[in-house]
Amino acid sequence: MSEPKNCDPVITVRGLTNRFGDQVVHEDLDLTVCRGEILGVVGGSGTGKSVLMRSIIGLQKPEAGEVCVLGEDMVDRSEDEAKNIRRRWGILFQNGALFSTLTVAENVEVPIKEYFPFINPPLLDEIASYKIAMSALPPDAGPKYPAELSGGMVKRAGLARALALDPELLFLDEPTAGLDPIAAASFDDLIKSLQKKLDLTVFLITHDLDTLYAICDRVAVLADRKVIAVGTIPELLALDHPWIQEYFNGPRGRAAADTAEKVIA
Amino acid sequence: MSANAPETTQDRGGATYHLVGALTIARAGSTEREIAAQPDPLTLDLSEVSRMDTVGAWLVHRTVRDRGARVVGASSEAKALLEQVAEADNPVRVHAELPGGFVGMLRELGLWITEVGITLVGLLGFFGATLIGFGALFRRPRRFRLNAVVQRFDVVGVRALGIIGLMSFLIGIVVGQQGAVQLAQFGAQIYTINLIGRITVRELGVLMTAIMVAGRSGSAFAAQIGTMKLTEEVDAMRTIGVSPIEALVIPRMIASVVMMPLLAFWSILAALFGGGIFVWLDLGYPPLTYIGKLQDVIPMTDLWVGLIKAPVFGFIVALAGCFQGMLVEGDSEDIGRRTTTAVVQSIFLVIVLDAVFAVFFSSIGWV
Repeated sequence: MSEPKNCDPVITVRGLTNRFGDQVVHEDLDLTVCRGEILGVVGGSGTGKSVLMRSIIGLQKPEAGEVCVLGEDMVDRSEDEAKNIRRRWGILFQNGALFSTLTVAENVEVPIKEYFPFINPPLLDEIASYKIAMSALPPDAGPKYPAELSGGMVKRAGLARALALDPELLFLDEPTAGLDPIAAASFDDLIKSLQKKLDLTVFLITHDLDTLYAICDRVAVLADRKVIAVGTIPELLALDHPWIQEYFNGPRGRAAADTAEKVIA
Repeated sequence: MSANAPETTQDRGGATYHLVGALTIARAGSTEREIAAQPDPLTLDLSEVSRMDTVGAWLVHRTVRDRGARVVGASSEAKALLEQVAEADNPVRVHAELPGGFVGMLRELGLWITEVGITLVGLLGFFGATLIGFGALFRRPRRFRLNAVVQRFDVVGVRALGIIGLMSFLIGIVVGQQGAVQLAQFGAQIYTINLIGRITVRELGVLMTAIMVAGRSGSAFAAQIGTMKLTEEVDAMRTIGVSPIEALVIPRMIASVVMMPLLAFWSILAALFGGGIFVWLDLGYPPLTYIGKLQDVIPMTDLWVGLIKAPVFGFIVALAGCFQGMLVEGDSEDIGRRTTTAVVQSIFLVIVLDAVFAVFFSSIGWV
């Protein structure tokens, strides 16, 4: 039930505790993400999936515990040290979090300009252009402002920005939430293919069972303030935790499993 | 050959450029220049590249695409990356194509004029919609939202008392002090009381109050309604059958129209008080003399001039604020822009109307 044998840990969380006032969100939580895998994180609403992601990327200072990303300790580090690690990951926030005063292309250029200010503007534009094409946005999307984009396009633009610096590690917070099933499926495909081609490690928070079956190598289940189980879906199904059974064997879970079987067959 | 320096070798087939080490975004600038400096025909040797990212692959790809360079020694990962960027090489527009120079200037001017025209027509339309809203309310007075109106009274009126009182008190002192300095040159210091009394009652009290209400409440109206537009609350109201004009605009208008004269009167009192303090402490006229003198020099019509203007200014401020709020669409930046416009527009309109009123009241003999 632990990590695979040949795991090269990219993210290691040990004994994480998070608390808001009296409410304990995480208590002594452990999690390992291995290089090259897509790890899905599931859990009911309010189990602290997003808080876990925020703790890992350093937006939320945990009350206790260690967080280690790409071999660097994330807790109590200076802003300068954090910069080195930040250029090695990309993050897609739940609602895209595109800068609303910048166009899509300018959004993609922001991280590149921040870390490599001396790149020629024409080359910068070319880089933005292929990142946009890679994220499967239409060719006229570059000069558009976020307010002019549909929900699916916002996610793709956010992904293009997350990929701007060729990260090793990609965080996705509910990437398919709010997308129609067709758009969600094509977004899943996009993530999977980019993960393969660019050799990414993906930390993916989702509610979408289809996404879990379609692209995740392993799934971590958050409940009772801990990661109660990590493993492939068949491994999880073998457990008899009530939430896991309800989640995967509920009507939606079975429908997603059937679809996944059909696709494989 | 050093292990880290790229180098060029020549043979009959042209130059071969040996790339070395990590071919990544960190070296994109220098790699771009070095490749550009190589003569055609060019061969790129990737056999000593230890690591490559998509930016490196892109540089190689575009050299192949634009200059017909040959690539040798690419590892299988490098080949995969090159294919990957080649796939993504679709012409994507990065910048909007806008005309520059004179045509661009004309375009800006045209856009500006259209926007001013649309805003004026829109403001007129909004004014009409508000009147219709009031009409509907008169026919069915039970739909009048007393709670909303009373709440606005509190926000627009009661909570503004402190700041408006303080501001007016200080203005009273400033008018008195500046007036006294000038009038002393003619030995006519006693007329300072005329100056303070007439200018605050007739003009400054209501004008400063209107400006303060525009900054305090007009901007709040625009931002509140604008936020509700962005979060689709206004649309939700419409679909439920609640008219946004009735629920959002009319309570704010009533509050603003009713509170403005009260605030203006309060402001006049505070300014007279401030002026009185100055006159007492600096010129030595005791309060009773001051009050008696005020009664002599301020005609009743001055108070009417001030108080008649007040509700009109209140209406203008609420109209501009609510109108700009309803125009918000798109993103949060628009809220900021519209809020600014609301304040600028209402202060401008208030001052224009004040001039109109000044001419009007003089011509009917209220001087």
